[in-house]
Amino acid sequence: MALDIIIAGLINGSTYALLAIGFSLIFGVARIVNIAHTAFYMVASYCIYLIVQKLGYHPMVGMLVAVPLITLLGLVCYKLFIDPIREHEAAVLIGTIALAIAIQEIMLLIFTGDYLSVPALIQGYFMIFDVKVFYQQLLTFVVALIILGALRLLLMNTKLGVAVRATANDREVANLMGINESRVAMITMGISVGLAAVTGSVVVPLTTISPFMWMHPLIMMMAVVVLGGLGSIKGSFAGAYILGFAEALVVFLIPMGSFLKGSVALSIMILVLLIRPEGLFGIAFEEER
Amino acid sequence: MKRGINLMTTLMAFLFVMSVSLPVLGADSIKIGVIGPMQFVQGKGHWNGATMAAEEVNARGGVKVGKKKMKIELVKADSNEFLNVTDATNAMEMLLSRDKVDFVVGGFRSEAVLAMQDIAMDYKKIFIGCGASHSKLCLRLAEDYDRYKYWFRLTPFNEKFLGQTTFIHLATVGAILKKSLNIPSVKVAIVAEKAMWVDPMIAAAKGVIPKFGMEVAGVWQPSQAATDVSAELSAIQRTEAPLIFTIISASVGIPFAKQAGELKIPAVQVGINVEAQKEGFWEATQGMGNYVMTMNTYARGVEPTEVTKAFMDKYIKKFGETPTYTADTYTAIIYMLVPVIEQAGTIDADKLIPIMETREFIGPASPIKMVSTPEGKPIHDLKWGPGYATSLGVQWQDGKLVGVWPNKWKATPEAPEITYKGIVPYKIPPWVIEKYKK
Repeated sequence: MALDIIIAGLINGSTYALLAIGFSLIFGVARIVNIAHTAFYMVASYCIYLIVQKLGYHPMVGMLVAVPLITLLGLVCYKLFIDPIREHEAAVLIGTIALAIAIQEIMLLIFTGDYLSVPALIQGYFMIFDVKVFYQQLLTFVVALIILGALRLLLMNTKLGVAVRATANDREVANLMGINESRVAMITMGISVGLAAVTGSVVVPLTTISPFMWMHPLIMMMAVVVLGGLGSIKGSFAGAYILGFAEALVVFLIPMGSFLKGSVALSIMILVLLIRPEGLFGIAFEEER
Repeated sequence: MKRGINLMTTLMAFLFVMSVSLPVLGADSIKIGVIGPMQFVQGKGHWNGATMAAEEVNARGGVKVGKKKMKIELVKADSNEFLNVTDATNAMEMLLSRDKVDFVVGGFRSEAVLAMQDIAMDYKKIFIGCGASHSKLCLRLAEDYDRYKYWFRLTPFNEKFLGQTTFIHLATVGAILKKSLNIPSVKVAIVAEKAMWVDPMIAAAKGVIPKFGMEVAGVWQPSQAATDVSAELSAIQRTEAPLIFTIISASVGIPFAKQAGELKIPAVQVGINVEAQKEGFWEATQGMGNYVMTMNTYARGVEPTEVTKAFMDKYIKKFGETPTYTADTYTAIIYMLVPVIEQAGTIDADKLIPIMETREFIGPASPIKMVSTPEGKPIHDLKWGPGYATSLGVQWQDGKLVGVWPNKWKATPEAPEITYKGIVPYKIPPWVIEKYKK
């Protein structure tokens, strides 16, 4: 059973990590709480469904088309709805909630409420010590690791990375040093939405597509980000796996209460916040940035 | 002069009353409100069934009400009841106050239908339920007949009989496994979504499974909206249960069936999986839902009554899919309302109700009879059992949803065997045979 829990925890955690990293990145850099983040993940899933099931292309083609398309959509939404109100954090919060609901309603109108699915990029499963694991789940885990590595490389080894980190540390000083803070925020938004699209692409064969599929991951993603520390990427990564393991433990140890796995994960988040209000890797005070 | 003014006032008042009343007196159509979650399969079924019925009646000139013929006019109302019960009550209110419908058919979620029922009762309009199973909807008549007599349930039968029927399916498949695979004691994993209607069924299942000579391996309750149940499936596989009893009405039915099929979990699935009743299930599970068995109302090629085939053929030709049970709005209009209106010669609800509650008829899904409480109080609920509504046991077999129950079913040891026309044998998935066949 221990191995079941480890594997299930790693798989759950990888999905949450993929979503939370993008959300955390845009919050860390531009202080944008993008509630519509998982709505972009949902649109990516529908985009892949359209390309694979309706147009008959390979899931890989769907993935290659969906990621840039959704990134572009994210940038358009940013320019139209978020950028004009960026300085008002509460307005951004409410605006992105409205955006997410609008996206949901559009998808409901186009695709109705029917549950849909797409085939896996890699079909089938393999066994690890008697535990069955989908290849697609392994892919999700690998992609989560690659994304984390790539993001670290981008942030630490490129000029853009330096600009992003500088903006995250202090927007005003970054601006004074000649960094176009607004442009950095837009690029970061692109990366963030792109990550949501990648998550959608990788996770969609493991899930059920519906206009409401963005809600549960949103709650879990917010929990992960708060647990890990708002704006901290490594915190999000750690938080994702902690909550992933918590969910797996509930399923295996309390089968009749497996519906409680989300609640238990959120309780852990509250517990950690009571002990460490800034989250695991967060910064206690804004002035410390 | 004063007398002239009075006369003029009276005349104008008369003309006003006439102008308001004339459209009613001269109305040449019967307005039927069709209410349901129109963005979802259930609502589409409601609308499709009603549309087909209205077209059929109107093509033959309409409904004969007394000496005149009245056409049927449908009014579509999206209850959005999956997401918001308030939307459902608003939609019902609009149907009755703004659209002034004469009858209402439809409804799906019991929580929403209970609220909608009260509004229809306030307006004293007949509301024929085609989707909600909660027994309270009908038991309200026993408590306050005069208020709730306008309610009739056409489909499905109440949760008590839903449970009873699924337990019969469970026992039937359990016996097949024992016989075919020589499993002396069949373990049963109960997988139920977390919902109010499920709890009494879990308790009942735990009670009846040992009586069937089987053993409860455990109970798993994923959330209704869960999209990944691979952890639950791993845990079930560890119990070595060859039979999974599902009690699922929500979307979790899709990932559960899909992942169980993809992981080749060596266990058959029997019970209620509402998503598996829909034709889109095969595509939604990428064909991994093969061999899933569920309770259902219709299946291609299966004829519980002599009028099933005509209905099925017409529906499939028109909409290109098998009807779900919510499409029984067709039965509500064609078999329930129209003959009664023609018999009574009126659309006055109070005059139709006494006929509707005693009248028996044969619909496409089953023969229909309304029952009373043991004390004789009419509750306008469906009679269940041989010769009446029993539903079907259906199984996905290589992309086709086929009927597998009732197949030589005997309700009691003395009762005659029942097999509906078009029923085929139940199939055990090959990977389950491979695991257990010695």
